[in-house]
Amino acid sequence: MKSLTAALAILLLGFCAELQAAELRGTGDLGIVIERASGSLQVIDVTQRRALGRVQGLGDLSHASAVFSPDQRYAFVFGRDGGLTKVDLLTQSIVKRVVQAGNSIGGAISDDGRLVAVSNYEPGGVRVFDSDTLAPVADIPASYGAKGALSKTVGLVDAPGRRFVFTLYDAGEIWIADFSRGGDPVITKFEDVGALPYDALITGDGRHYIAGLFGEDGLARLDLWAAAPKVERLLDGYGRGEEKLPVYKMPHLEGWALAGKRFMLPAVGRHEILVVDADTFQEVGRVPVHGQPIFAVARPDGRQVWVNFAHPLNDTVQVIDVPSQKIVHEFKPGPTVLHLEFTPRGHEVWISVRDSDKVEVYDTRTFEKLAELPMAKPSGIFFAARAQRIGL
Amino acid sequence: MLRHVGFGLIILGVFALNGKAPSEARAADTRVAEVSGERAAALTYLVRQDCGSCHGMTLRGGLGRPLLPDALAGAEVGAVAEVILEGIPGTPMPPWRGLLSEAEALWIARALKEGRIE
Repeated sequence: MKSLTAALAILLLGFCAELQAAELRGTGDLGIVIERASGSLQVIDVTQRRALGRVQGLGDLSHASAVFSPDQRYAFVFGRDGGLTKVDLLTQSIVKRVVQAGNSIGGAISDDGRLVAVSNYEPGGVRVFDSDTLAPVADIPASYGAKGALSKTVGLVDAPGRRFVFTLYDAGEIWIADFSRGGDPVITKFEDVGALPYDALITGDGRHYIAGLFGEDGLARLDLWAAAPKVERLLDGYGRGEEKLPVYKMPHLEGWALAGKRFMLPAVGRHEILVVDADTFQEVGRVPVHGQPIFAVARPDGRQVWVNFAHPLNDTVQVIDVPSQKIVHEFKPGPTVLHLEFTPRGHEVWISVRDSDKVEVYDTRTFEKLAELPMAKPSGIFFAARAQRIGL
Repeated sequence: MLRHVGFGLIILGVFALNGKAPSEARAADTRVAEVSGERAAALTYLVRQDCGSCHGMTLRGGLGRPLLPDALAGAEVGAVAEVILEGIPGTPMPPWRGLLSEAEALWIARALKEGRIE
């Protein structure tokens, strides 16, 4: 009798599992949370605010990021160790994984969803893969100078027209790789963009590519709509020669905020958010903040900008009200707030708190905490809705 | 890492006697690097997680150079500690003085060179 019950139970379990696998569902409100120290990620249901399952074996994810296939089913995860892993959000499993370089820093997916590009520190350059198979498509060594040294590449983004744009950290150059004609890409190079460009972004309309400079006060901007694009300096000398404060972590530009008609971006070596007019690219204000800002991310409606900070002030999040440019809310999730991601319409925000091993979900209107999810040393949070946005 | 937590007071001389760091024992730097076991654990975490944001969590390098023993073989403990405390002007390496004491910087430098932070 006992064994019969057991057999029935097993049968029932198997049946349930089958049912679950066959359950029809969309992936538009799924996402992933990187667990940076364990080479794993968790697939999350953003609407239900819960984890669906853990995927392991992704290598060194200590500075990992991800992009999504146009159908929002697959995440392409870029690890620190050169690993490029294609993860199926529906089955929470690895579809394909290649270790394509020795040391990497993020990637991008082309506008048609066919190409995945990875930015590499070692060997410096960009490698491009078929998004179906992860088979290599192109290798673009970032060689510069008379000796052809290889530069680390940063700020790799997709641009409309099957293009990728990236920046050479050591060389101070910006390159466009155009894959629109098929075959080998056509490379356009812009030299002398400024000292130590550390990260870059492309605006949501795919028009402006902007690289932040660590070696000088300012940013380099490329207007991709221009007939003959050229690099122009932005916010030149915004520090006005004042001594910089130590920067214990590099700011990120990817999440930088276009809020209404203003950009808000983290200053380097200053505890300030710089406010820039989106038409003229002139500075129109500054917001003093708690520490060296890392991410300044606009809520999708542009009404608020949420900011987190570098070590040792990384336990705090501040919320800036864009119309008044005032800080309207501050709270301390605890050390170390590494990343934040808004729901596509901005009603909630997910925040990773590394040292307490959890992700917290907040209502962005009431600032009430809605949920806490246990995660192991969580860092990047990426929602599948990114699939529909240029540059993410 | 737990091995070192139990260490209690860590003194340069102890390492030399330990036979763990013969080359450093000859180094000119005889400053004492004392940190408590608890602090040693916190420093190890700091190096992996926070230094790791530029140098890689596994210290194999990123925007910053690798910090594994091979990569630091040419530098004395005192020189590495100096870089930690003062930073490298003109690069993103910030000065950690104010956040770390001299003893802590020396402890980190030694731990890095001996490959004890992994």
